[in-house]
Order: sequence, then structure tokens, then C-alpha cells
Amino acid sequence: MSDALATPSLPAAGSGRVSSWRLLFNNRLATIGLCMLSALVLMTLLAPILPLPDPDATAPADRLQPLFSAGHILGTDQLGRDILSRLIWGSRVSMIVGFSATLVAAAIGSTIGIVSGYAGGRTDNLMMRGIDMLMAFPYILLALAIVAVLGPGLMNALYAIAVVNIPFFARNVRGVTLGLSHREFVDAARLSGKGHLSIVLTEILPNVLPVIVITMSTTAGWMILETAGLSFLGLGAQPPQADLGSMLGEGRAQLFTAPHVSVVPGVMIFLIVISLNVLGDGIRDVLDPRLRSGALLRPGPVTAVDPERSRPKNGKPSAILTVEGLEIGFTRNGRYSAAVKGVSLHLHPGECLGLIGESGSGKSVTALSIMGLVSSPPGIIRNGAIYLHGEDVLSMPQTQLISARGSRVAYIFQDPLTTLHPMHSIGRQVAEAIAAHQTLSRQALRERSIALLDRVGIPDAEKRANHFPHQLSGGQRQRVGIAMALANDPDVIIADEPTTALDVTVQAQILALLRELQRERGMALLFITHDFGVVTEICDRVAVMRDGHIVETGKTQAVLGDPQHEYTKRLIACVPEIGTGKSFLDRVAPIFAADAEERP
Amino acid sequence: MPSYILKRLLSMIPVLFGLSVIVFLVMAMIPGDPAIAILGAYATPENVARINSDLGLDKPLVQQYFIWIGNVLQGDFGRSFALNRPVLDEVLERFRATLVLAGVALVLCSVIGLVAGVVSAVRQFGWVDKVITFVVLAGISVPSFWLGLILILLFAVKWRLLPASGMYAVYGGGDLKDLLLHLILPAFTLAVVAAGVIARLTRAAMLEVLRQDFIRTARAKGLPERSVIYRHAFRAALVSVIPVIGIQAGFVLGGAVYIETVFQWPGVGAMLVKAISTRDILLVQGGVLVVAGSYVFFNLIADVVQTMLDPRIRT
Amino acid sequence: MSGSAIEVRNLSKTFGGGRSLFGTERHAVKAVDQVSLVLQRGETLAVVGESGSGKSTLARMLVGLEEPTFGDMQIAGRDAAALRRDGPRAFGKMVQYVFQDPVASLNPRKMIRQALEAPLKLMNGYDAGKRQARMAELLDAVQMPKDTLDRYPHEFSGGQAQRIAIARALAAEAEILILDEPVSALDVSVQAQVLLLLRDLKRQFGLSYLFISHDLAVVEAISDRVAVMHKGRLVEEAPTDQLFRAPRDPYTRQLLDSAPKLRKA
Repeated sequence: MSDALATPSLPAAGSGRVSSWRLLFNNRLATIGLCMLSALVLMTLLAPILPLPDPDATAPADRLQPLFSAGHILGTDQLGRDILSRLIWGSRVSMIVGFSATLVAAAIGSTIGIVSGYAGGRTDNLMMRGIDMLMAFPYILLALAIVAVLGPGLMNALYAIAVVNIPFFARNVRGVTLGLSHREFVDAARLSGKGHLSIVLTEILPNVLPVIVITMSTTAGWMILETAGLSFLGLGAQPPQADLGSMLGEGRAQLFTAPHVSVVPGVMIFLIVISLNVLGDGIRDVLDPRLRSGALLRPGPVTAVDPERSRPKNGKPSAILTVEGLEIGFTRNGRYSAAVKGVSLHLHPGECLGLIGESGSGKSVTALSIMGLVSSPPGIIRNGAIYLHGEDVLSMPQTQLISARGSRVAYIFQDPLTTLHPMHSIGRQVAEAIAAHQTLSRQALRERSIALLDRVGIPDAEKRANHFPHQLSGGQRQRVGIAMALANDPDVIIADEPTTALDVTVQAQILALLRELQRERGMALLFITHDFGVVTEICDRVAVMRDGHIVETGKTQAVLGDPQHEYTKRLIACVPEIGTGKSFLDRVAPIFAADAEERP
Repeated sequence: MPSYILKRLLSMIPVLFGLSVIVFLVMAMIPGDPAIAILGAYATPENVARINSDLGLDKPLVQQYFIWIGNVLQGDFGRSFALNRPVLDEVLERFRATLVLAGVALVLCSVIGLVAGVVSAVRQFGWVDKVITFVVLAGISVPSFWLGLILILLFAVKWRLLPASGMYAVYGGGDLKDLLLHLILPAFTLAVVAAGVIARLTRAAMLEVLRQDFIRTARAKGLPERSVIYRHAFRAALVSVIPVIGIQAGFVLGGAVYIETVFQWPGVGAMLVKAISTRDILLVQGGVLVVAGSYVFFNLIADVVQTMLDPRIRT
Repeated sequence: MSGSAIEVRNLSKTFGGGRSLFGTERHAVKAVDQVSLVLQRGETLAVVGESGSGKSTLARMLVGLEEPTFGDMQIAGRDAAALRRDGPRAFGKMVQYVFQDPVASLNPRKMIRQALEAPLKLMNGYDAGKRQARMAELLDAVQMPKDTLDRYPHEFSGGQAQRIAIARALAAEAEILILDEPVSALDVSVQAQVLLLLRDLKRQFGLSYLFISHDLAVVEAISDRVAVMHKGRLVEEAPTDQLFRAPRDPYTRQLLDSAPKLRKA
């Protein structure tokens, strides 16, 4: 717990990091894409030394030979040229043009994006308006206009496709740069004496690079497709030069008589593009930190429960809520790590129990698991039982558990800005909480929800009901959260750090409201917090959590006044109190000095 | 809300202005003498000079622009020398056909894309998701002009179910049923790529939203899963998908160039390709301007819809 | 040199304002409104306020990350406007800043060595050998192990990262430190350790602190004087024990009353 001092030796550097390549190879689809693309690239690179007939040698006598004919595996085209040879040489041209266009667009677009995002203000405005202009043209239309100016030709098609794709890079890169340039570490670099150029090159660019790579890998396929398209229209490669698109375009005339002449190059384009896209997706998954951490897993409606869990008996039948031997963990990348390691607690009717601990102690996970709100995947309840009125919540059928939420056990969450739906009015959100468990007319619903808003101290509730969360202050939003929790007169309210995001003066008001409501309605309250001061204000009993265990529990005054467990003693000693003044630091100094002596 | 729409309409003016400048400059940069292009290689110097002063090409560029834009605003886009008719008449006639095709394709790709994306997100890693993911991947990787050819081969040539080309049957027809029959293949082909893009984005947006705190709140209220997903998650995800549909409108309008060529649909796209190869500059200019202008308008609609959905932008 | 480390008079910062394209007046926010205060050499002055009180904007102006709309600022007897003209290096030699979120203040893609080397090289112009020696001393001062240098920020806990961030601020060898809520993102036990560290460093290096916080108990433990800010204005300023014993301003009293007490009287 004592942070730096207690952990003098850190784990070996790099051990916790999985290499990006390994992650990429773990993705089966991406590996297939990479192999396919490598094979195709290799084939086109080897084109000059492969035993192929001249792709441009015409042989009118041999024209339009079908597939698998002697000497021409893929047949011949309308001029009797070998299709296989043309296909390989054509792929070479298509890929070179596509990849070059990608590089050009990436270089120009990213530069614009970085400069624009970092400089901000007028420069940003000007550059982005320019990009908007390019985006104001439908994609291919701009390429057509550019080709119209430059005249048909492969190089001109390359320029056109590159220009058309610049906005994608510029916008993506600018967005990320803009976010980064307001980050603390950029300010810190400035204070370290770094100039603008140095900040852009050494602080911003390394963080932007993954975005550039992602954008490149997701647009490269696109660009190959579009160059082929221009050639298909006769605006790209000009005869005798041929790429896949122009082969397709020329073969079109024979569509009904010899379809393979145009079908084959199309298949080739498809193969190149799909292998690029699959690989691009894989690269994106590896480089995007959110995807890497598995943040885009769809959470199920209730927390997963191990079917073979142990089910301890209800040790406190008189309690309204009992948690027995609860063990919860998270499975990430196939590895299980426990967050809650055997927690038991109980809550009597009308009582307020505080669950206190430092970050990572498992207190929130415990609280969320009671009504199955821990996200699964990755969460799983491995062991234990949760009794609500003597009935095991974890054994309930899903529909029964869902209908117990809000009606028997309600929640109040930490940050009221993110926990309210941003697009629904607060009146609607409260009404919805009521309607989930009671059938009422629209009129009655509205009246009830306004009454609730009024009860929790929202001034002018009738008018305010039509407001959206972002129009309210933090304290008022939390009052809305409380109103939703009260909607169905639940027996138990679980409040997960409900005042942590609020200022002290607002916190005092919210605590007073909660205390008053609890007394008025006789609800049991499970109050999760990291703040001993808040516990003193509101809780009858307190349970202290550390590292997935409850280390001490008892009456609030007893635990705080005379803590028994070493950890609790230490924790309480570390809480600065008003009135202690500078003697606080003299008081804690010996605790950590003792730690330092224990160090080898 | 009306004041917001008015504001957005006003903000279109600089965009349209910029658009016209780009189109004008692009066309002014075309190498070669337009007079020669119009008159052919055997033009006399006197005729060239006359055409140049007729077109105002002897004046400075800025002045040329204002003369041109003045004419455009009065509906005079010049004459197409290849077709020998006013550019605007030709473009508008063609544009109607493009709008029918692109409009149907846009509706098709939005519906398919949204449904596929939501289903795929809700059933993440299930077999439905896997099938959809694979089809979507194939959809965004397939060259649409090639897909069009394959569909013609199958449906028109082999099975003789649908017409291969054109907007109406050459003999008889011309009614709505005839139009719809002719629309099926090109509209579907045009919608494939955009539907794939929309589906992918919808899936990602749904998964992202389902992880948000307010979804946990909805669950804690005791709402059934269905209303959590459709009333809470989908609504929030839609806000980030709508602008993408706006962008896809551009892809569909642009992609129409290929599809119209493949299916010989009498739209602006096919017209532009032909005009570029015959170097009919005024026709290209007019066509690009009209299509780009309408796309700006499309984006405005997407913007307004997004604003209506999201109260945070509204205020 | 004079006795004051920082002296500001009528310092103000307004965000927004001006006119938009259509001539309508833009909404202006007075983040800091005519604040005057003095930080004496070797002193810890705490600035207390709730969210939106303008305390962070004040801090950012003092290190040159934000330019004041008007008002005077003297840093170690030198005019801040002149310092700003000399570039970020001149400013950074005088004042350094410690951020609230220590992990965010370190570039996720760079090793700690690179973060610590930048100020040593750019501010002090030390050669490689001198830098190596200084980095060892700095890590020792913030009680972090030697192998810290070759690690990435995400390998550290919040408390460890804050020690590293403090080491970086010390590396510039400035004598004034602006600490912007340096312990509010930390757990209580870690918070106590960092406070202790800050106290020791101040004695060791003869530093002056401007300590921004919303937590009155923390402020009482570490500061010599306290300034209370509310909605951009300075409402009260007094020596610490006086302010806690007999607050004069009603807002200060409200703040003191709202703070949860560990043991009820």
C-alpha cells in the first residue's frame, strides 16, 4: 500500500507488454490478410523473372481463348494477349500506383493535420476550411475534375486519388493532434524548455504515428480500388500500358461472349483489396489502445456467474441484504485476475453501511455485482452468494434479476454527467425509471416524476423536467440521479461514490439530502467511498476494504476512534484533519520512516 | 431550431463560393486552347480570337470568374459544343436520373447498414455477427463496377430476370414498375460499399456506447435489455452514425459515375465521363458544380438531423 | 534580490468575449478577476477554491502557459512580460509547475529518462555525464529507484508518477514551484507521503511553493498562508492558523463548515 516505498523493486521492464507483432499474429484474419498480401506483392515483384509471355504481345489468331486452354491458363483477351501475364503485370502497376497514392496522401494530409491541430486558432481555421472545401465534393467527382484538367493518364490518376484522400488524413490527424496539444505532457514539455518544432517532432508525432498508420492501412485498399475505377472509365492507364482497372474496362466489350476477360482482373482487384482491408483491421485493432484493452466488448445484461461457484449459506437471515464469500474477477486476454477475494457483509433495514477503501480495493466491483451490473465480459462472479430478503440474487432467472433492479435495489453512481443519458430530458429519465416497474398513465408518470424532482430539491421542477443533463449543474444532476433511485421506493440504495465528483459545499448538501431521505423512507443504504470524512457524516457502520478483502468492520465511531487492524490504523493516520495543522506531517512521518527502514 | 437552420443555410454560402472558385480554377487551368477545342485543329486565327473574346478569355482571371459566376447565377452555364445544347438543360435532365438512382441507393445502404450494424453489435462474436462481418468486409472490398458486370451476367444474361441496362425499356414501358425493375441492379450495386461502411461504423458506435456509464444507469433502473439497446444505446450511437451517412451520400453520388457507365443509366456520371473524354469542358464544369452543390445540401440535412437528435449541440 | 518570489497585481484573465462573425457579442468568462497576491521567498502559499474558482487559471498564468488579459506579474523581481518575451526557457528557469494528473503529464511513449533529460539539457545546458549524475540525484531526492529511468509512464502508480513529475520540475533548478492540486488524484496514504516529500524537498532545496488545492485539510497541513478564491476573485487571505481559527469571509466559513470531519465534535 505504501506505494513507492513498499515496492522498491519494480517488475522487469517490458515484461507486462505484449509485442504488437504477436498481437497481430494472434488475429487469425489479419494473419491470413498479411500472408495473402505478401504472396501477391511477391508475385508482382517477381514478374520480370517469372516465365511469362510478353503481356503486350498480340496474337489475333489466338484471341479470346477460354480459361485453362493450352499455353494460356487464364485464356487470352480480345487481342490474343495472355491474361495471366497481363494480370501479374497489371497488378504490379495497380499496387505501385495505389501505394504511392497512399504515401503521398499520408505525407501531405498528416502534415496539414499536425500543423493545423497544433497551431490552432486562425491557422487551424484556414487550413480546415480548405479541407472542408475538398470534402464538399463527392469523393470521385473531385478525382474526375482533376483528371479532366490534367488529362487522362496513370500518373494523373495517382495525383487525383492522392488529393482526394488528403482530407481523411488531415482530419484524423488534426483531431488527435488537437487533443494531444492540450494534454498536460505537452505543457510539461514546454516548461522543460522545448520549442514548438521540438514539441511537434518529439512529443506529438510519436503519439500521432499510430493514427497515421491506421489511416494508411484502412485507406490503401480504397485507393487501389479507386485507381482501378478511373482506369476502368478509361481515365487512368492508357494503352498499351495496362493496370487491372483498364483490363477490366477493355474486357467489358466482350462481357457476353468471353466474360472471363473482365471477370479475372476483377477477382484480382478484390483479392488485393480484401487482403489489405483485413490486414488494416488487424493493424487498427493492435494500435488502437481502446481496442487493445478490449474496451469494445459488448457487455451482457447481467454479470456472468460461474455455474460451479460455491454458495455459502445466508449467515444473517435478519438482514435485508447479505453478501457471503463473494469472489469476482476479470478475464483479460485469457488471463484471470481477481478483484474481490471473498467478501462478506450484511445490511439491516434502515441502516447505512459504509464500504471504504483506496482505489483498486474492489469496493466498487463489490457494489456493482450485487445487482449483476459488473460488465461481462470481462467480469465474472466466481464464488459466493448474494441474498436479498433471503433469496439468492445470483440464482435468479435473468428477467427476475432485471425486474429487481430499481424496484428493490436502486443505484446512485459517481459522475452524474456520464451516468445520465445525454439525449433524454431529465423528466423523461425519471419517468422511465418509474415506468420500468409500474404501469401508469402518461399524465400520472409526468406528475410523479416532477414530484420526485421536487422532492430531491430541483427548483422549479415542472420546467426543469424538460431540461437535458448538460444544462444542469453537477449537484443538480446528482439530485436527478437520486430521484431516479427513489422512483420505486426501493428497500436498498447502493450509492457508489455519489459525491466524489462534487465540490465540498455541494457534497455537504447532497449528503444532507441522502441522510434525510434515508430517515424519511427507512431505506437501507450501502455507501461506497474513499473518504473517511464522508463516512463519519452519514454511515452507522463501516467496512474497510483492501485488496479485495474486508479487513475490519464495526460501528463507525468505534472503527474510526479505535481502529484494530494495522491497515485501518495507518489509513486513518494518513487522513489530514482540519484543526491538526502542520503537526499532521510530523504525525505521519514516523509511519513511513519505519517503512523505509524495512527496505533492504 | 429554425434559427439554427437559417444559420447553417447562411454558412453554406462560403462553401458554395469556395466550391465555385475551385471548379472555375480547375477548368481555367486546363492546358490547351478551348477555342481550338471548340473549333477543331483547322480553326483560323480570326475565329480563335472571336471565340476567345466571346468566352471572355482575353480578360484577367478574376474578372473572368465574376462574369462566369454571374452567368451561372442566372442559369447560364454555357453551351455544350459536343451536344450543341445549353449545359444546364442537359445537366438537369441527367441529374434527375442520377438523383433517382443515388437516392434509392442511399436509402437502401442506410437501412441495410444500420440494421446489419446493430444486429452485429448486439450479437457480438455470435455466428450472425461473423457472417455479417464477413459479408461487410467483402462488400467494402469489391470493385463496384465489377460487381455490376457480374450481376448483369447473372441476372440479365444467364437467368434473364432483370434488364441489363438503361432506365426504361426501349419499347413500351416507362411506368413506375418498369423504372423499379431497371433500378434494382444498379441501386443495389451502388449501395453495397456504402452499406458496408455504415454497418461497420454502426457496429463500432453501438459497442462503444454500450460501454458507457449511462447504459449502466439504464440497466440499474431495471429496464429490459431491449429498451436498453434500442431506446438508449441506439439513440446515442445514431448521433455518430448520421454524419457518416452524410459522407456516404458523397460516395454514392460519386460512385454513380461507375454504376451509370456499367448500366448505361442516363445520369450525370455517365455524362461526365463522356464529356471528359471529348474534352467538353463547359459540360464538365456544369455537371461538377450541380452535383457538388447538391452534395453540400445533403450534408446540411445530415447536420440538421444530427442536431435534432443531440440536445448538446442544439443549445 | 527582493524578498518576494511572486508578486501579482490586479491579475485578470477573460476567456471568450469579442464579437462573432455576425456581430453578436460572444459570451465572456472572467476566469480570474483582479487578483493581487504575494508569495514570499521560502514560503508556502495555498490558493483554495472550488471548481470554477479560477485557481488553476491563475496557476497557469504564473508559469506562462496562459497569458493574462491584464495586470502585473513579477517573478523573482523580474517582470513576467519581459520573461515571456525571452521565451519558455527563461520562464522555466524561474518557475516550474506540477500537474494534478501525474500520469497525464508524462508522455506515454517516452521513457522517464527522456522526460528528465529535456530540462537538464535545455534549461541548464548540462553535458551527458553531468545529466546522468543529476538524474541520479533527483531520483534519490524523490525516493525512486535507479531503474526508473528506463521505464515508461504506464508502469508506475499515480504516487510514483507524481514523484517523477516532481523530479522533473526540480530538474530545471527553478526555486519557485507551482503545485496544481498535486495530491488530489492520489489515495490518502500516498497523498500523505507526497506531502511529506514536498515538505522535505522544500527544506532541502530552499523552494517557495504556491499550492493550489480544494482540500482545506491538506492546505492546513502544508501551507504558511492561505488565499481563498471564489468565482475568479480573491475573497480572503490570511496566515493559515488565523484563517482556520477565525475565518472572516462568509464563503470561507461555508467552505470550512462543509468539509466533512473525521471525528464529530
